[in-house]
Order: sequence, then C-alpha cells, then structure tokens
Amino acid sequence: MASLYAPPSLRQQHDGKSAETRNLKPGEISSGTTIMAVCFNGGVVLGADSRVSSGTYVVNRVSDKIVQLHERIWCCRSGSAADTQALTDIVKHHLGQISIETGRLPTVAMAAHLMRKLIYGNKDNLMAGVIVGGWDPVEGGSVYNVTLGGSCVRQPFTIGGSGSSYIYGLVDAECRSGMNADECNAFVKKAVSHAMARDGSSGGIIRTVVVTEDGNVRSYTEGNKLPYGP
Amino acid sequence: MSEYSHARTPMEEPAGFSFENTMRNEMLQRAATSGRPLPSATKTGTTIVGMIFDGGVVLGADTRATNDTTIAEKNCEKIHYIADNIYCCGAGTAADTEKTTDLISSQLELLRMNSKSQPRVVTACTLLKRMLFRYQGHISAALVLGGCDVNGPHIFNIAPHGSTFSQPYTTMGSGSLAAMAVFETEWRENMDERAATELVKKAILAGVFNDLGSGSNCDTTVIRVDGTVTVTRGAVTPNDPLKLRSMINRSSKMTIPLGATPVISSTYTPFTLADVTVTEMETE
Repeated sequence: MASLYAPPSLRQQHDGKSAETRNLKPGEISSGTTIMAVCFNGGVVLGADSRVSSGTYVVNRVSDKIVQLHERIWCCRSGSAADTQALTDIVKHHLGQISIETGRLPTVAMAAHLMRKLIYGNKDNLMAGVIVGGWDPVEGGSVYNVTLGGSCVRQPFTIGGSGSSYIYGLVDAECRSGMNADECNAFVKKAVSHAMARDGSSGGIIRTVVVTEDGNVRSYTEGNKLPYGP
Repeated sequence: MSEYSHARTPMEEPAGFSFENTMRNEMLQRAATSGRPLPSATKTGTTIVGMIFDGGVVLGADTRATNDTTIAEKNCEKIHYIADNIYCCGAGTAADTEKTTDLISSQLELLRMNSKSQPRVVTACTLLKRMLFRYQGHISAALVLGGCDVNGPHIFNIAPHGSTFSQPYTTMGSGSLAAMAVFETEWRENMDERAATELVKKAILAGVFNDLGSGSNCDTTVIRVDGTVTVTRGAVTPNDPLKLRSMINRSSKMTIPLGATPVISSTYTPFTLADVTVTEMETE
C-alpha cells in the first residue's frame, strides 16, 4: 500500500495536479470551493463561494454550498458534489431522528462526529471535506472541520476547500478574538473574496449564514460587490 | 408448482454473488481484442435545456442519437414522460436515460396511488439522484428534470454521479455550452410562454448547428402551472431532407403507378375451423 514511508516509486504520483483533481472521477462534478466558518460569542458565521465545476466548465455559478442539517446546525460542502450531497442527506436524516427520540436539540459535536464516521469509514470511495458549524445549548457556537481523510477538529475558526490554501496567511493575520457577529461576517467575506480572486475553482457569489440561538440569517454578496476583486 | 416454473423465485436463489456470466464475459473480451470490436453504446450527443417562465416550465431537446461518429437515429425522442405534470430530458447513454426515467416514472406512479396526491418534482429528483449515486456514475444519465406541482414550477439539473441543483434555467449535454450562451444572453425572469418557447428553440438550435453531437430537429414540451401540457415533436425542423430528396429526378421506370399490374381474376376461400370444443387443462 502506497504511503509516505514507501520508496518514491510506490508513492502516489502527483504530476502537478491538486489532490482534488486527482481523486475526482472523469466527468464528476466538483464543488471546487472556498468554505469558511468563524465562531463568535453567541453563534457562528458560515461562508462559501458558489462555483460548481466539471473540468473547466462552470456547471452552476450560483450554487448553494451551505446546507442546513438541523434547526441550528449547518454544514459547508467541498469536494465531490454528489458525495457531499449524499452525506448531508444521511446526516440530516440521523439528526432529525435523534432530536425526535431525545426530545432536544442535537449538538454540533454530534453532527460533526456523525459526518466524521461516514467520511472516515468510506474514505476510499468518497471525496468530501466539510465544515460543520452551529449553535447548541451545551457549547453555544462551535465549528468543526472534517477533512478528506476523516479527521474531525474543533477550531475557533476554520477554512476549507481548494481555495483555502491561498488565504491561510490572511486569516491568521486578520483573525482577532472577541469579534462580534458583524465583524465575523466582514472577516468571512473578505477572506473568501481573496480566495476567489486566486483560485480558479472558486468564484461567483459569497453566501453566508449567521447562526445564533434566536435564528438563522441567510444572505449573499453579489460577484461585482465583493470586498476584494479585480 | 415449483417443478413447472423455470424462473427462480427470490427464495430459491443461492446466496452471495452470481458468477454465471464470467465465462461469457471472458469470451467477449477475447473476441473484442482479437476479432470484431465490441459494439459501443449509443450515446445521445445532445443538447437539452429547461427553463422556468411566468406560468410554468419549457423543456427542449435536439433529436440526434450517435454511435461514435455515425448517426444511429435522426429523430429520436429525448423528452421522457415521468408523470402528467413532470417530464425529463436525457443526455448521455440513450439506454441509460430511457430506462432510468422509465423506472422512476413507475415508482412515482405507485407513490401517487399510495399517497393519493400529485407527485412533486423534487420527489422525482430525489428518486433519480439516489439511484444514480448508488451506481457511482456508471449509469451515464445526465438529466434536465422539469415540471409543475403545488409548490410551483421547477427545473432540476441531475448529473450522472448523483449531484443535483435547481435553477431557473439550465442546459446539459455536449451542446450545453452553445445553448447556455444563448440563455445567459437572453433569459429574463417572468417571460411569457411564447417568448420562453422561442428562447428554448433558439438555444437548442445553437446546439444543433454548432455541436457535432447534436442535430436534426428541436422538440419542446411546455408544462403549465394550471396542469396542461403541450408536447411538440418537431417544433423546429431545419434539417428536413425531404425537400432535397424531392428535387432528385428519377426515371419513370422507377416509379410504378397504381394499377399498372392488371388483375386477371380473384377467388375468395374462407378457412373453416375444425370442430371446436373446450376441454379443461389439468392443473394441480
């Protein structure tokens, strides 16, 4: 089995392509993507671009990559569109079932770990990276990043998708503790705009959701009104 | 009863995988590499489109089916019936789109009977995407699903691997780029039916003339929110060969008029059946 410790001949050939391009089957639709989520005191802000591509053709330029898993739990999708849609359908079903059986709101941790079990257990057949974020009565606002291999990490803020590589420096420099909802919103929009400017697989509009105890507020920023762009 | 039936009932089938066809498959592979190549699946090169207008949806499709570079069918039907209020355009492998839409159509009909309510477009979309995802893209069916239900008009774009999205207008197939260029230039919200149908025809014709995988005619189907449907086979036929064919002058020897062969005599002999009696068949 190919691994990092194997001699170079057995290691996965890179030939310059990104992990996503290599692992997609020919003709498969990819949500190329830049996705992001930031915690604040009282909730979270989730953001995503809207480009869905198949090779070099943009199949949907205004897609919605932010899915509602439960009343106050949301998820940003990246990777194969088919795989992530199937995964979110399954987790949505499980969370609905759990909340009916327990009689209370499910926690974001539950949602993230359900997602992790599915991705880790089927990692050979899936290409899906998600960010699960939301509000629950136990922890308040929380954000979890579930990566391609199935690792699940809780972080104060997190970025994901092919476009995230270009904004690691930006988000590390710009992120401050104790931001309020509006500041987080602006932070997300700025970071995703910068990623969209550099990553070919990200573009279109920026969709955001602000999740708090009181409710969810969905909105979008048009492509020609982004905080940063050509 | 079991000794008379040759079909295996689900109870009698042995458990596990069936390897019955391995010998046959090996033989076919050998034949493919050495002698005659295997026949390739008929693909619908295709331009298919769907759009929402003020009062319903319009679906459009070209009518060419190809086998690599040969045109297998000049006038095939790519807009499939799913329900009275739901139709689906199919691109990809012709057999896959035909059978997939037939299967989901029958599942929806059973659902309609069991729930006593009009099927919803999103239900058809979910049934299709679940099946296509299960087959991991091996069923090459790219679909544009459209219809009207209690929640209004809908257009869904369904990719072969099972991902879907809903938009006011969408295109698929090899001619999708040509058709999308037309839509992106001229689509407006709340167009009337006449303008919408003209736009769909224009988009399909862009595919017909600029994509080698699409050609012949344009079919349209209009599904309105009031429940009426208008299926138009051959809404535009810009490639009709009849006009050119009729210009060919053939010698009069090749066109024999009616009555050229004289009838000398005719006889009528009715068959009389042998003695007809009914005997009961012996059954268990």
